[in-house]
Amino acid sequence: MVAAEPETPPPTPRHGELVAALGEALGADLVSHAYSATEAWVRVAPAGWLQAGRVAKEHLGLSYLCFISGIDWLQNPGLGGEKAWDPDVEASDPPGDGPGRWKTGVAGGGTRFQVFARLADLTRHVGLTLKVDVGDGPSDPDHPGAAPRVASWVPLFRGADWHEREAWEMYGIEFEGHPGLRHLYLPGEFEGFPLRKDFPLLAREVKPWPGFVNVEGLPGDDDSAEDVEA
Amino acid sequence: MTVTESQKAAYIAGQAADARVRVEIEAEGMTLNLGPQHPATHGTLRIIVRLDGEQVVWADPVPGYMHRGYEKLCEVRDYAQVTTLINRIDWLGSFANEVPFILAAEELMGIEAPPRAQYIRTILFELARIANVCLFLGDMGVQLGAITPVFYAFRDREFVLNLIESATGGRFHPNFDRIGGIKDDLPKGWIDECRVALGRVRGFCDQMEDLLVGNVIFQQRTRGIGVIPRDIALEYGVSGANARASGIDWDLRRDQPSPLAWKHADWKVFTHPDGDSFARYWVRLQEVREATRIVEQLMDGLPAGPIRAKVPARIRVPAGEAWVHTENPLGEMGYYVVSDGSPGGPFRCKIRTPSFSNISIVPWLLRGVFVPDVITILASLYFILGDIDR
Amino acid sequence: MSLPVAAHTILGIRGAYWNTALLKAVAVLLVAPTGALLIVYLFMFKMMAHMQSRLGPMEVGPHGTLQAIAEAVKWLQKEDVFPERADRFVFAMAPVVVLVSTFLVYVVIPASPREVAANLDTGILFALAVSSVSVIGVLMAGWASANKYSLIGALRAAGQLIAYELPLVLAVVGVVMQAGSLSLNRIVAAQAHFKLFGFGGLGLFAIPQVVGLFLFLVAAQAELTQTPFDMPVAESELVAGFMTEYTGFRFLLFFIGEFATAFALAGLGATLFLGGWYFPGWGLPFGHLAWTREVLGPLVLLAKILGLLFVIFWVRFSFPRFREDQLQAFAWKFLIPLSLTNILVTGILKVAFHA
Repeated sequence: MVAAEPETPPPTPRHGELVAALGEALGADLVSHAYSATEAWVRVAPAGWLQAGRVAKEHLGLSYLCFISGIDWLQNPGLGGEKAWDPDVEASDPPGDGPGRWKTGVAGGGTRFQVFARLADLTRHVGLTLKVDVGDGPSDPDHPGAAPRVASWVPLFRGADWHEREAWEMYGIEFEGHPGLRHLYLPGEFEGFPLRKDFPLLAREVKPWPGFVNVEGLPGDDDSAEDVEA
Repeated sequence: MTVTESQKAAYIAGQAADARVRVEIEAEGMTLNLGPQHPATHGTLRIIVRLDGEQVVWADPVPGYMHRGYEKLCEVRDYAQVTTLINRIDWLGSFANEVPFILAAEELMGIEAPPRAQYIRTILFELARIANVCLFLGDMGVQLGAITPVFYAFRDREFVLNLIESATGGRFHPNFDRIGGIKDDLPKGWIDECRVALGRVRGFCDQMEDLLVGNVIFQQRTRGIGVIPRDIALEYGVSGANARASGIDWDLRRDQPSPLAWKHADWKVFTHPDGDSFARYWVRLQEVREATRIVEQLMDGLPAGPIRAKVPARIRVPAGEAWVHTENPLGEMGYYVVSDGSPGGPFRCKIRTPSFSNISIVPWLLRGVFVPDVITILASLYFILGDIDR
Repeated sequence: MSLPVAAHTILGIRGAYWNTALLKAVAVLLVAPTGALLIVYLFMFKMMAHMQSRLGPMEVGPHGTLQAIAEAVKWLQKEDVFPERADRFVFAMAPVVVLVSTFLVYVVIPASPREVAANLDTGILFALAVSSVSVIGVLMAGWASANKYSLIGALRAAGQLIAYELPLVLAVVGVVMQAGSLSLNRIVAAQAHFKLFGFGGLGLFAIPQVVGLFLFLVAAQAELTQTPFDMPVAESELVAGFMTEYTGFRFLLFFIGEFATAFALAGLGATLFLGGWYFPGWGLPFGHLAWTREVLGPLVLLAKILGLLFVIFWVRFSFPRFREDQLQAFAWKFLIPLSLTNILVTGILKVAFHA
């Protein structure tokens, strides 16, 4: 749904219980949470990421690892013009300094990079999306040149191995405690982190954003009298 | 028929005791490269396997030979163009890839597709499942040496592909789902043709049950091979028929509220307690039969009406984040769509593909396995390269 | 002066030794590849295709009849490649060894009472002994290829071939006991005169020796490394089989050797179990029409061979393959005890019903 206001109720009571239990276990590390009609998000401080995963897996029954990935909230410098944030959307919390530095969506903080993961409980059929604000990486005013880093979930979920390898190679986020971060998709000598917004996409360098190319009419617009199934 | 502990122990003991040629030349630590070009892998998956004699010491899959950078591409496409792109993730069950993405966009926009569209989406979704899994049923035979079932699979799959083509215009890549509904209505006579095709698919399933499932050699080759315990499956994120074959009773069609029409049909979820390769084959075989029943029931109850809701011509999705996942033929596929409220495409689109997680278990699963069983296990896990690599 | 000329005859015509030997050798060398190509077309191209719901080759010749010849020509015109570190002599001789062992089996199979290249008294023993020599050819091929995977494949193949020799031989022992002779012509004659509980004239040992026939077919399937026993060859999914480094003419030799062996083993099976060239009613004195047996005998034998091969190839297209250890277990733990039991029962019944 739309960027959630704090008044949106949890989609099911179980979602509310999960968030409350996490809040109890993590205390101040649970920075914020949000709900939509179908989902629940929690945002965790980097120091509490591993603990959050452990609590979720061992005490809350969220034992199924769906995925772990990252988001880069920087506006893509290669897409100007129409591809800009909706000005009606609230600025991030806390607001980034500098005009339009970034807006960070649901349960977003002020950092450029976020790692988000989804866990699910397959017997009670609920899932929870956990987000953590990692550092700003190269553009971190406090630690320029440092890589964003967060604890690795490999000790908790064996499957986190591949997900974190992919997040590292795409975003440059380092996972502390990972047995060996190495390229998953990209060849070994690849330089750069492709999914970062400032990594150029060659196709769009060659041909800039063309705006709307195809506008397809609705089925009733062109009066072609075809026989359709009753 | 479950595999008891004593049977498992006897199998392992039998491996050691039976006559097996011992190669006394420099064969310790032989590294075997199931290279990207290989008849056994469904596409360009490379698996580096280190052997000690005949047992695997470690195995390391190297994906990425088909990595097309979908998540980056999605950020520079608008929603209609992304639909074209994501057809090609799981290219055997293409329509099923579009559905979660379109549903996520609809959730962000607050649009509901009309009932007829939801029914037709579900029918095409299940047809995609049938087309996809029929190939698996034949292909597993080929990997084990039975060369005939795969021809039957292709022959009977043609009927389903012809149906999809007559409805959507494309056999493999329909590109049919739109925000708000679907592109066109079903052509005249399609429902009757569909019933004929479903009859053929059911005949094919019966043939596979005779030819392969009942075959004692097939059972000897697959029972007890590649057992995935339930908690390991959960940790790795194994989903779909692989999870159900390990006894996890979980099917997103039943367990996840979804606007699609599965709730309007009466169907069963199949699980198997063993978690071995035979269980995975058996579960998928039953699922294809069940899919044909779902399609028939939905066609019987197909409501009349519009096939697309009123949607502005220029799609502008409000800012927000949505996660939608569905029970795709290969497993749980989901799209986490982040929209920034601008006209154009998603801000970030995380594509959660089932084969990525299903194959991440291979290093754990192949340890200690004997070389001929490696092929059996890979065949039973059933991955599509486009799904691993996106 | 008359040198003692032994009775070297072809179809009753006496001749000097070198004449008859040469003609017989030419006959065998013609029959073997022709039989092989016939099987390749009938079963591998057409039967497999129709069983798999497709047509098979249709272009070359009417209904693809010349496809096998086209394939042979294709292999002949390929480059002759030697691996760099291969042992050239052994590498070149390996397919020859396999072929020679196969051709030698044809020498003893009778196509009619007088059409047999060598009417040996130890016919079947000779045939089985000589067909085992192909194992050496396989090992030579694997070793000389200078390829680790070829060697492993060759060793597996050798293990399988040796393991399945025993059921093959033991299955035949039952027939030999029943016929009372090792000579193939006398075995056919014994079948012609065989009476089961007073009913006779069918000319088959398949009925009393049904277990032996089953064992023979299974062992033949394994000797040919056909599915379900083709792990040494299908190992090419993972590692290369022993034939990897072979291309062109030498591969064609292996290929023809495989199908010629199939034809030969089916010929042995037809002679031992199905009565060979004998057709019910031919035991009666024909008088001056006895020559018809010479003409129709080969055709009857051919029909029986094709029947057996139909079963062998049908099983090949239908079943998945055994794993290597399962294959060995099947041979040693099931087939050999079964064949020994067969021999025991045959002996007991022969003594009990000996009139």
